[in-house]
Amino acid sequence: MSGNLIDVAVVLNGKKVTASVAPDQSLLAFVRDHGCKSVKCACETTNCGLCTVWLDGRAVLSCAVPMVRANGHEVTTLEGLQAESADFARCMAEEGAEQCGFCSPGLIMNVLAMEREIRDRSVAQGIEPAMPTEDDMNAYLAGNLCRCTGYTSQRRAIRRYMESRFGAASDDAPVRAGEGE
Amino acid sequence: MSMIVTRESERQGLTHIGARTVKKDAAALLAGKPLYTNDIVPADVLTLKILHSPHAFARIVDIDTSRACKVPGVVAVYTYKDVPNKRFTLAGQSYPEASPYDRLILDEVVRYVGDEVAIVAAETEDAADRALKLIKVDYDVMEPVLDFTQAKGNPIVIHTEDNYHVNGAWINNDRMHNVVASGLSEHGDLEAAFAECDIVVDETYHTLADAQAMMETFRSFAEIDAYGRITVTSSTQVPFHVRRMVANALDIPQSRVRVVKPRIGGGFGAKQTGCNEIFCAFVTAKTGRPSKIIYTREETLASSNSRHEMQLHVRLGAKNDGTIVAIDLYTLSNQGAYGEHGPTTVGLSGHKSLPLYNHAKASRFAFDVVYSNTMPAGAYRGYGATQGLFAVESAVNELADRLGMDPCEIRLKNLVTPGERLAQYDDNELYSCNAADCLRRAMEMIGWADKPLRQDLGDRVRGLGVALSMQGSAIAKIDIGSVDLRVEETGFYTLSIGATDMGTGCDTILAQFAAEALRCDTDRIVVHGVDTDVSPFDTGSYASASTYLTGMAVLKAAEQLIAELRRRAAGFMGVDVNDVLFDGDTMLAFAPGTLEVPTDGDKPEFSGIYDDVEAIARSYHLAQAAPDAEPVAQMSLIELANKLVAGGDGDCLTAHAAASSPTSPPPFMSGIAEVDVDKATGKVSVVDYVSVVDCGTVVNENLARVQAEGGIGQGIGMALTEDVQYSDTGRMRTRSFMTYKVPTRLDLPNIRVEFAPSYEPTGPFGAKSIGEVVINTPSPAIASAVAHATGNYVRTLPITPEKALFGE
Repeated sequence: MSGNLIDVAVVLNGKKVTASVAPDQSLLAFVRDHGCKSVKCACETTNCGLCTVWLDGRAVLSCAVPMVRANGHEVTTLEGLQAESADFARCMAEEGAEQCGFCSPGLIMNVLAMEREIRDRSVAQGIEPAMPTEDDMNAYLAGNLCRCTGYTSQRRAIRRYMESRFGAASDDAPVRAGEGE
Repeated sequence: MSMIVTRESERQGLTHIGARTVKKDAAALLAGKPLYTNDIVPADVLTLKILHSPHAFARIVDIDTSRACKVPGVVAVYTYKDVPNKRFTLAGQSYPEASPYDRLILDEVVRYVGDEVAIVAAETEDAADRALKLIKVDYDVMEPVLDFTQAKGNPIVIHTEDNYHVNGAWINNDRMHNVVASGLSEHGDLEAAFAECDIVVDETYHTLADAQAMMETFRSFAEIDAYGRITVTSSTQVPFHVRRMVANALDIPQSRVRVVKPRIGGGFGAKQTGCNEIFCAFVTAKTGRPSKIIYTREETLASSNSRHEMQLHVRLGAKNDGTIVAIDLYTLSNQGAYGEHGPTTVGLSGHKSLPLYNHAKASRFAFDVVYSNTMPAGAYRGYGATQGLFAVESAVNELADRLGMDPCEIRLKNLVTPGERLAQYDDNELYSCNAADCLRRAMEMIGWADKPLRQDLGDRVRGLGVALSMQGSAIAKIDIGSVDLRVEETGFYTLSIGATDMGTGCDTILAQFAAEALRCDTDRIVVHGVDTDVSPFDTGSYASASTYLTGMAVLKAAEQLIAELRRRAAGFMGVDVNDVLFDGDTMLAFAPGTLEVPTDGDKPEFSGIYDDVEAIARSYHLAQAAPDAEPVAQMSLIELANKLVAGGDGDCLTAHAAASSPTSPPPFMSGIAEVDVDKATGKVSVVDYVSVVDCGTVVNENLARVQAEGGIGQGIGMALTEDVQYSDTGRMRTRSFMTYKVPTRLDLPNIRVEFAPSYEPTGPFGAKSIGEVVINTPSPAIASAVAHATGNYVRTLPITPEKALFGE
């Protein structure tokens, strides 16, 4: 803790929340203190991606955002995206890709952010949104660690989900595990 | 000991076994619900922090906590002066544990950098952190033993305490020479066998103390219940063992302790060893207040437990035609500062590697496990087999290369086959084994026949390498899995288990077994676990036990429950029980003689593992489809259940069953790695990895596949990037994910897995295990692929770019 407490106000999952906090309190600690337990901590060094939340709609690592920076902004956690995340969650469950589930909320936040970014970019460029390539998905999500799955089942789930949103890329036929991979 | 034996013909027509059943907790986990330890702590909980030793070996001369205690919000600071002087082990093993009792909650002597010196209990994390900095410790710093190869017989002795305790003479503990355990098992005339050999590969291999690195770090909290007992909620694989540890550590009766396991964020063996449960239990016992302790990643990497670092010396003798004749393996295992899992882990380095080449005329396996002033080792997926297989499979690869033979060919020539008695596996008979099929199919998948072992691709060289793996399924004659299966009002079932789902999905898999046996949907099976006050005893989820052992307990309980349901229904309907069949929904009574009554002639052919084991045939009174005949009476399960549970005939039926096994049937697996080595940088990239697993009957295809993919992913990390390093004063350098590199999704290819299921007669519906066997192939397969690409045989993991390019 450093310095005196400051008053902060954020819009957390659509609701205004005010509190007096240390300016260097992390957004991670703040959202957990305010009931958003889906947000996990697994590294303290910004390597794991488990604490991913949205700050004004963009994915950030909440462990690296001090409250003085989050102040006045809009914060979204998985608690606030229950309906929006249901389809991707189903894809994960059908592949068994959640396993222990501890890294799932952070991954879901980043996958949905990627989907959103693809849409926003295509709107800005005036083009149809397109299915991301395997390399795009790996690069975008590289900061989301998982120790259970070896990522392969997650990739299947992410690909299925993205195909359901953007249609299958022509050279990248949809496949399920054990069915021609 | 009696055991149920099942028949391969039963595998036909299974409904739930083999299905891709979604995990029962999937929806809640994926919605981010508060289900893990740190999500459910009590409101007025004390936060605990640990002061860790900065010295590898020191005696505390004086410790002054007065300033720390004055920090506002600090409730107490505890040192070695406050704790019971009764030694215990944190190893999660069946009593009496093979691991030495060499720990106290806090000790006057610290034995590695990271060892616990003091516990601070405070109202807030800030207060606890500030207090940590104000504890003044005067150490008498002693010279440590940091090089484990110099530990045995070193004049510096790490454990000299007079209340050190070992539970068995078979362990061959000689702690005054820093030896935790040693042993020897031989078969055949080794020197005569070597004399026959045309070629001997004589090499030493070295694996590191890898971190399990589950995403959820070690954590637990304690509180006192209405009866004054201590309840510990812990992210653990071994709730019942934790109950014993806490009772031992606090020197209180086990009846005063309850352990609850919520959802677990991964374990991989790390949580088969107790960690910080003893600290919160101790503080709560002292203060009467709830307390929690959440380890940081740094503490989890540098102050808990890891894989055992091992140095393995292999002598592998063969004929010029590739026939393996003699194998001699000596394993030196680095235990670190405390003895958890030392005597047992090392055994697997030989007993789960040498049986692959069971045709050898002679083999010898000898080992020493030694203390050193490094972080204690514990359990990590593979549990010694991983280390042993890296050495033995690498030696076989080197043998093939020196003979100019195909490395798959040499394996197919020497591989163990079903029906053999395994000389280095307690002479157990091998009932099920598709190892050769696993290898042949993997060769097809990668296109082995058409690919050279080395391909120059310009800026990089591509290499192919192969390895095989085996493991066990539960610890024979020691592990026990038990369940309570209860029929409930309206005819659903509660399955109470002591097995520990740590993300692997055993809650779901055990429900699948119950649903199969009871012929109902998995939604009608409510699974509950684990709370030591209400769950039936289970040694826990480790040693690849849950599916094989607790799965069998589920089948036994289902049979018992169905027999009782039929008996009660027969009574209500006024018919003979032998004429009643349960089809999953209804108890159907038929005219006498309509139903086949199982007889002894139904017993499958089976030769005993031990003479005192009686193999009993399944009575085949699981729920089953009705014959065509018209029933003479019937009673629905709903009606029966309501009558029994809620009606005037109140008699709630619960079947309890336990399973243990006289044998530990090995699953098998093949792995083939295709790697690229960059000619300029030496970076090794795995471009393809194929694997075929024989885990017996596949119970849940999705979950089995993810086990395999995940294990291979971890194995690739071990092979290439997970490089545990210590400073020359014994401080671990790799204490964050910045320096300890677990694979990201950029580092792993799509791992391709198939199954070649044999049928294990001692397993439930033919199942063996899968949890651990899957981590063992990447290290030897990748090492061989790199050797083929560059000519450099890397025998010390990980295979860094420097080693790949320039050799060791």
